[in-house]
Amino acid sequence: MKESSATRLPRRLRYFEATARNRVAAVMDAGTFREFLPPEQSQPSPHLAVLDIPGSFDDGVIVGAATLGDRPVLVIAQEGLFMGGAVGEIHGAKIVGLLQRAVREKPAAVIFMADSGGVRLHEANAGLIAISEIMRAVLDARAAGVPVIALVGGSCGAFGGMGIVVRLCSAVVMSEEGRLALSGPEVIETVAGVEEFDSKDRALVWRITGGKHRYLTGDCDELVDDDAAAFRRSAIELLNDWKEPSSSVAGLRAEQERLTSRCQRFDGLRDGLDVWRALGVTDPQQIPLMDRDSLVALKKELPA
Amino acid sequence: MAVGGHIVTGCAHTAIGTVALLGTVDGAAIGHDIALRLAGRVLDIVAHFPGRPIVFLVDTKGQALSRAEELLCLNGSLAHLARCVDLARRQGHVSLALVTGEAVSGGFLCFGLMADKTYALADTQVRVMDLKAMARVTKIPLERLIDLAAASPTFAPGVENYLRMGAIEAIWDAPSAALLEAALADQQAADSRVDERMARGAARKGRRLAATTAVIVASS
Repeated sequence: MKESSATRLPRRLRYFEATARNRVAAVMDAGTFREFLPPEQSQPSPHLAVLDIPGSFDDGVIVGAATLGDRPVLVIAQEGLFMGGAVGEIHGAKIVGLLQRAVREKPAAVIFMADSGGVRLHEANAGLIAISEIMRAVLDARAAGVPVIALVGGSCGAFGGMGIVVRLCSAVVMSEEGRLALSGPEVIETVAGVEEFDSKDRALVWRITGGKHRYLTGDCDELVDDDAAAFRRSAIELLNDWKEPSSSVAGLRAEQERLTSRCQRFDGLRDGLDVWRALGVTDPQQIPLMDRDSLVALKKELPA
Repeated sequence: MAVGGHIVTGCAHTAIGTVALLGTVDGAAIGHDIALRLAGRVLDIVAHFPGRPIVFLVDTKGQALSRAEELLCLNGSLAHLARCVDLARRQGHVSLALVTGEAVSGGFLCFGLMADKTYALADTQVRVMDLKAMARVTKIPLERLIDLAAASPTFAPGVENYLRMGAIEAIWDAPSAALLEAALADQQAADSRVDERMARGAARKGRRLAATTAVIVASS
């Protein structure tokens, strides 16, 4: 039976395959986004031009201001469809500039929609240096009291230096489809062999790097469906009553203890299935099949 | 000085007082274990020796490459180390990094590039990826990359390139207590809150776009 247009639900925007611009439009309050250094005022990367590689006027990242649940925020959205969202000189400088602006303007938050394989090899040195500048700028924004919220659910995930940047943020929201790690599975396979990491085994890659695994082990704070509206709701909820903690020896000692005891507890494990079993999940094979709500409920029931 | 498991720790008595030394040797691959031991040491310094300058010695071939490391979110442990270095800065510790061997990718990002300033000895290796591997991954002929590398510091390995782009403050011909003391004294007089690398890269004409781009976004 055909639904009438009046009762039809708004179409779900799959975050995974959406463009950066569509993600921004769907996550922020409708019509509020204002871009800084828009494509018509910018230039494609000259470092790609010398290699005869077509550039993009936004260099694969969109930065600007918007409101989110009526709060003023600054926004970064990497475009995974251009060069895998990888960080080059202009791309990185736009992110750094946005974070410096946050220190001055003190918006309610910076929303960082990461979708990137890390350093853009064609601009490897510029990309690596830019990522270290982004790392310091994220921590500067946080030290100024501005939370930086990372959303990870794009087709490129967050790898390499961008994986580090995401873990420097105040909170991380992921979808099951999102991936978060340091070295990509292909890199590990190339260097250490297919027995070490079969990058074509999609299910394995998700058990090592995917949103559900990162959620169960506490490396992301919120798990959401692959839906821009779900990312939006989660970011708004996080910002309700958010108080950005100042960094302290005590806080980092606690994190040090968490990370150290986790490494001891899961020493020698090589698959998410083993970690989930060790966490107290009775039937880890079921995890990949569970929907988001059931998984969130399951995590609440796990022994501390 | 004590060396163990790729980590070196110690302190040096200099003209500006006692300086903490901490770093990696023998091209360490940084996994959870090394990252957390370095981080713990930085936290000890901040807790027990307020304001003591820290010199990081960098010799790393990059992050450890294994499934088990990634399973436990290696990027998270590297981020934790970076946050500890950043905390030291905010608590008034001047910090320098000195590249003594290799400085590669994630292993370089998580502490060497987080120091207030980074120096390198001549003949050291700073890179993301060597040109052969880069040619394979980017599908650009190696000869072409070699040609372009002569004209641009942007992508090819080399400590000189990182100097021109502003990430390496200076290259030293040999390790020298006098150079280190002078560098620490300079940094004590500088404003550690300001990341000067973009401006350096622009002044040295190795990174012409970053500084102006960031300023436009920060203030438009």
